[in-house]
Amino acid sequence: MSQEAIKEKSMILQKEMVEGLFNDLDHAKELGKKVCYTFVPGNLSELIRTFDMLPVYPEINALQSAMRKKSGGYIKEAEKNAHSEDVCTYVKCDVGMMMKGNIGPTGTKIPEPDVLLLSYTGCFTFMKWFETLKREYPNAKVIMVHTPYQENAQMTPSMVEYMVKQFKEEVIPQMEEVTGIKYDEAKLKRMLALSKEAEDWITKIFDTTKHKPSPIDAYFAGVYYIGPINIGFRGTPEAVEYYKELYSEIQERIRLGLGPITPEGEMKEEKYRLVVEGPPNWTSFREFWKIFYDMGAVIVASSYTKVGGVYDLGWRHDPERPLESLAEYCMNCYTNLNIPQRIDLLSKCITEYQADGYVTNSIKSCNSFSAGQLGMMREIEDRLEVPVGFIESDLVDPRYFSYSNIKNRLESYFQMLAQRKMMEKEAH
Amino acid sequence: MPNAYLLTTNLKTMKKYYLGIDLGSTTSKAVIINEQDEIVGRGITNTRANYKVAADIAREEAIYDARFNLLQRRIDKSLVDKPEFKKYMKDLRSVFQYGQFKRRMESLEKMLVATVNEFAYDNKSAILVKLKEIIETIRPQIQNGFINEDLGSKNQFFRDIVSEKYNIEVEKKGAEYYEPLMLAFDKSITPIENEMVQYNFRELVLEAMKILDTKYKGLADQQEDGNHEDWYYAELNAIKDNYQNVEFTLREHIEDIVNEEIHIAKMVGTGYGRALLPFPEDCIKSEILCHAFGAHAVFPNTRTVLDIGGQDTKAIQVDSHGLVTSFHMNDRCAAGCGRYLGYIADEFGLSLNELGPEANKATKETTICSTCTVFAGAEVKELLHNGEERPNILAGLHKAIVQRAMSLIARSGGVRNEFTFTGGVARNEAVLKYVKQMVTDSYGEVTMNIHTDSIFMGALGGAMFARRNISADLPTAKEKVKQEN
Repeated sequence: MSQEAIKEKSMILQKEMVEGLFNDLDHAKELGKKVCYTFVPGNLSELIRTFDMLPVYPEINALQSAMRKKSGGYIKEAEKNAHSEDVCTYVKCDVGMMMKGNIGPTGTKIPEPDVLLLSYTGCFTFMKWFETLKREYPNAKVIMVHTPYQENAQMTPSMVEYMVKQFKEEVIPQMEEVTGIKYDEAKLKRMLALSKEAEDWITKIFDTTKHKPSPIDAYFAGVYYIGPINIGFRGTPEAVEYYKELYSEIQERIRLGLGPITPEGEMKEEKYRLVVEGPPNWTSFREFWKIFYDMGAVIVASSYTKVGGVYDLGWRHDPERPLESLAEYCMNCYTNLNIPQRIDLLSKCITEYQADGYVTNSIKSCNSFSAGQLGMMREIEDRLEVPVGFIESDLVDPRYFSYSNIKNRLESYFQMLAQRKMMEKEAH
Repeated sequence: MPNAYLLTTNLKTMKKYYLGIDLGSTTSKAVIINEQDEIVGRGITNTRANYKVAADIAREEAIYDARFNLLQRRIDKSLVDKPEFKKYMKDLRSVFQYGQFKRRMESLEKMLVATVNEFAYDNKSAILVKLKEIIETIRPQIQNGFINEDLGSKNQFFRDIVSEKYNIEVEKKGAEYYEPLMLAFDKSITPIENEMVQYNFRELVLEAMKILDTKYKGLADQQEDGNHEDWYYAELNAIKDNYQNVEFTLREHIEDIVNEEIHIAKMVGTGYGRALLPFPEDCIKSEILCHAFGAHAVFPNTRTVLDIGGQDTKAIQVDSHGLVTSFHMNDRCAAGCGRYLGYIADEFGLSLNELGPEANKATKETTICSTCTVFAGAEVKELLHNGEERPNILAGLHKAIVQRAMSLIARSGGVRNEFTFTGGVARNEAVLKYVKQMVTDSYGEVTMNIHTDSIFMGALGGAMFARRNISADLPTAKEKVKQEN
């Protein structure tokens, strides 16, 4: 029973943090705080907080709307307003929500943006998204930073310099102008020290899947774990406290030899360990997850939990190089890695976490993730001789989640893994 | 009695058989194998609302087929050497089928009359008269089709045969009767089709032999009118002179065959409807694994399997053990699978079997741009309107399906070695032609396997899985064998 109580503590902490943020957003005017809309990949949370602004993440709102079964209506609203069927459904969900009064996931109104900050251009849709919002919020200041792609699998000094120049010449002056607050590098450095600490913890947390059984699910539960670090709490003491708490809860699970927690309680038997590529489907998140845990499949690593930042290979925010490390952070998010880098990263996960298989969830809406996915899968299959699976769904458009198709594919995939395990056993 | 020894050993160590059922979206298939993985019986029927009935019928059909095959094995030598044996067995199967058909037909007739009696039409009694006329017309037509023609070998199901003949007769009855008569059929066929009828194999075989006896007795000397090939007259003359000898030989074996217990030790269900099959959970397998396993069993060097079924297309990669390493399926659209052909056949007023041969008459392939089944219908109409030849359009449509399948193959990793084509659509010769052509174009010369049993590969794989899991799942059966030894 103490297990239940411990489990709840980190969840309560996260809930309080999120509610606090939305409450602040609801009272942004009274609090005299400016509001900055930005995206998760390459987000400059610390910089935003340096200027005392409150962050809003439209794609997080979209996925939360989907989990609350509201995205379908929002998307229809956006399509009524001439957004094509092929446009990213995060965008349409967000636009539809705005058209219906901009009531956020917690039921409170989301304030209009003072700043639209684009700090990751790997996703071209992000840019178009803010151009669209700019038309709706003509008073908002649009700040766009160009993030170079890791074409040659590295972040060169000139790339860092190029970005820092944009921070110094574009981002910081405009933020000062909007907020009336002078850029305070000492404050930023203090936050970056805390960011580094949170990043150390989250790396340790995702590394616990090395254990058998894995104490956590690094995809379905993982998306909750990455919440605080991705949605504006990185660089705060609350985030550090949350991750410390979460880590100790997981340590306790390891001590007791427990598997991951699912919506229907603890997973009893770990049958398959998988690495998953691609974001989850949000409209049928629970059903999607259930297909996996019903079959005893646990996800030991996923690319999606690296969408806000890749910490596996040792990279951290560095208070000694504040703007430089912000630049590196933007360039080092998962979808900004080139395809061979992603393959290496995923292969490392499969090997280190002793995965039995590799599954791609291909998302209709998402170019950033989809481009190269099949080739990556083929390469991983060839390199590691690991059984691969491929399913298709969407982020937040309920029309593109076919439960029976996905279940059918996954059932076949799990039977394929079972068969292989049986053959391997016979061979030994 | 050369078979006495065989009989006693059979009884001593009861043979075990394994059943695989593939409940597809269009047809349900059953395959029975023995302990050497050899196919002993196949059964197929159309899938209907009641999946259990479809599965049961397929299974029963496979058991009948198994009995006939056992019978044929007994007269193996005669079948090769004597044309009358071959002809008799063919006729026997057809008339046996008629026996089943007749019983179902009787139920349908009763149901039709009962349905019309429920109607509130003013001219109900006139409708009833027309209905009875239709019944009286099609009943002998069907009888003749099975007994004297080759209706039995056409792979058509009860619903297809009856509705085709019924529709023709309804057309003749005039417009005022069209709607009530069609309604009566639609309302009656479904419950009849979803009803499980138990047949007695022995009774049906003996009845069929009696019918054949009468038929052959009545055969007048057929003059060679030049309408048929030589072998036709040879067979006919042989049977006419020797049918009593064949009957005598068969009767020697029939009782054995009838009493031979086809003991299904274990079964595995697969296909779209597998979750609805009344099997325990561990007896249900993914159709991807089953198709791959079946194809690999028949062609052990297979590394890539393409299966085009009614509602899906699968490209599967397998390893040297027949184990699936990866697969790809169509998710968003039916335009690459069997249903598309069904839809196109309807558009052209052709039967499915006619599509391939018609397409192969093409002088060129019309480009069909649509990737959507429904839109392709509109495109076809437009092309016909513009004077495009029917075979050319059909060729284009067939090519379009194969192009979709090729894209799935590419996504699954391409063709790396021997390639096997399975599923109901593999029976279509135009599809076959384009598959061969396009696989060669993209991957060079590779061995390509297409088997007459391609539609049964999923069921075969299922049966093979059933056989392999026996020791793990049925320890009691294993013990029994030990005790017997």
